[in-house]
Amino acid sequence: MSREALKEKLPVTITAIVTVLMFVLCGLHFDRFMTLRVFMNLFSDSAFLGVVAVGMTFVILTGGIDLSVGSMVGCTSIMAAWLMQNTHLHTLVAMSIPLLFGLAIGAIQGFLVARFSLPPFLITLAGLFFCRGLALRISQESLQIDRPTFNDLASFSIQLPGKASLPTASIVLLVVVALGMLIARQTRFGRNVYAIGGSASSATLMGLPVRRTLILVYMLSGFCSALGGAVFTLYTSSGNAISGTGLELDAIAAVVIGGTLLSGGYGSVFGSLLGILILGIIQTAITFQGTLSSWWTRIVIGVLLLTFMVAQKLIERAAKRSGS
Amino acid sequence: MRSQRGPMPIWFWALAFLAGVLLFNLIFTPGFFHVEVREGRFFGSLVDILNRGAPVALLSLGMTLVIATGGIDLSVGAVMAIGGTVAACLIAHPPDSPIGGLDLHGSTPMIICAALFAALLCGLLNGLLVSFLELQPIIATLLLMVAGRGIAQLLADGKIVTFQAKGFERIATGTTTMLPNPIWIAFVCFALFGLVTRRTSLGLFIEATGSNPIAARVAGVNARGIKITVYALCAVMSGLAGIIGAADIQAADANNAGLYFELDAILAVSVGGTSLMGGRYSLIGSIVGAYLMQTLTTTILTRGVSPEVTLVLKAVVVVAVCLLQATSFRQLFAKKVPA
Repeated sequence: MSREALKEKLPVTITAIVTVLMFVLCGLHFDRFMTLRVFMNLFSDSAFLGVVAVGMTFVILTGGIDLSVGSMVGCTSIMAAWLMQNTHLHTLVAMSIPLLFGLAIGAIQGFLVARFSLPPFLITLAGLFFCRGLALRISQESLQIDRPTFNDLASFSIQLPGKASLPTASIVLLVVVALGMLIARQTRFGRNVYAIGGSASSATLMGLPVRRTLILVYMLSGFCSALGGAVFTLYTSSGNAISGTGLELDAIAAVVIGGTLLSGGYGSVFGSLLGILILGIIQTAITFQGTLSSWWTRIVIGVLLLTFMVAQKLIERAAKRSGS
Repeated sequence: MRSQRGPMPIWFWALAFLAGVLLFNLIFTPGFFHVEVREGRFFGSLVDILNRGAPVALLSLGMTLVIATGGIDLSVGAVMAIGGTVAACLIAHPPDSPIGGLDLHGSTPMIICAALFAALLCGLLNGLLVSFLELQPIIATLLLMVAGRGIAQLLADGKIVTFQAKGFERIATGTTTMLPNPIWIAFVCFALFGLVTRRTSLGLFIEATGSNPIAARVAGVNARGIKITVYALCAVMSGLAGIIGAADIQAADANNAGLYFELDAILAVSVGGTSLMGGRYSLIGSIVGAYLMQTLTTTILTRGVSPEVTLVLKAVVVVAVCLLQATSFRQLFAKKVPA
């Protein structure tokens, strides 16, 4: 591997080492932690967050940010639940309409950001308010879902040895991560995303379709968060307008821990998956510990974020000093 | 500094929207402008707007300066929770709180100072991360936004701390010369901020740091010192807002105090015409922006429309004001793109 490639892989390698280290340390500390079952549960418990984080990774790679993802999860989950309770639409249709909604909201946000150079922070903040307001408008109460097709989908899982299983949510997560990695690395769209994040003006001068790419990126994020909402609905078998509150922060934290720079142009979808796993391990460890109060989760995530950011900064400075 | 095209101040659109909402109420909401004197103080929707909007107005003052340096502070809501919790713990001394043993003999000024000091520490942390570690402000402050509520819960041992203290409650519920105290607090802070930034060179340095950090450094502006100062000021304002919030409900709720206030404050600032990219700012604009949001909320509540519509309406207002500012300042944005 060349020095360049090595340098590029460094942050995600560090994240990978930390992930393995944390899992092993927790495994040594707690009985029955280092099992396939606990490991697979990491995927199913944070599946919706993972799906959201994949979309967020693309937005952050362009140097933008999407604050609307959390309320999008709430909005699409309540929308799907409402459609299933109040209409006779087929279950799959009822679950697809919110996905289209996610695409549409993403397209509007992307258009405003790309066409008028409006700050993504504000536009997606407006998206956050809009989706949460709409969700509460649909129903303020939690809606239970009880439909045969839906129940089949929610309870489906591939059995693995050691009482471990791979439910629908985990399968969706793994497929989305695989597709995300493929899109980021192997397509022209993916290359454009990295180019825009590196320097939007250079990308424009190179003749890359900056506007179209930006709109597509926000559409992708909208779709991913709507899909995250669908996964969440499957996970809880109900729709709730306030679910996903603060999820945008967890998603951003996972992406940053995964080694993606918030300034854009640098990072990977795989890193975000590792970030999700790290957040999951912290939560599981605190559950295993039993006596630690839940607020330690947030403090530990904060400390971890700080460590990663400082490490990233030091790597960046070292890279600058070596003159490349 | 950039020259302005035409005589229109940057907070024009915010004020126009505010006037529009007030005009709407003048025509369609009977009694909206009615103000009466009861129990030696003013009562009415307008007084209520000024009172309820005070915490976000305080936040938006600090946030304006932070944004003017090209930064952002996402932690204000969490710092509010910390400020309120510290004050509540020092009054009520909950048994399992790590700071419950600290006894200030119930002295209200001391308790306020302690809570503001806790907030100041948060601000210094933000400032150090942004200036010395050169972290992007959005992540540097994301840190406290995530961890801050955890810290507040740690201080309160995960409980909602309730208290009874006449002197402390007066901060939010008392009145001075016919008006509720929060209005006066917001006004005094606004005046102080205006004086300090416009009568000294601090405001100029802040704008210089925000519009072109490299040029500012070459010109001898201590950008690091300026940044630490604005984050510290912003955190102290958040602490103050947290104290008002806690005094108002005689309790500190680490989970919900100041929830989403960071978004409201950022919204108020940008609606008020201050660009999120830094540089030129307007404290008046931010205050107008903060009270525009509060007026919208109060209007919806008094008209009996369900409160969740406020969120949708806020979204529409943000996009509208952003667009209006973007088209009138299109050239400004074009200049921003580095060649």
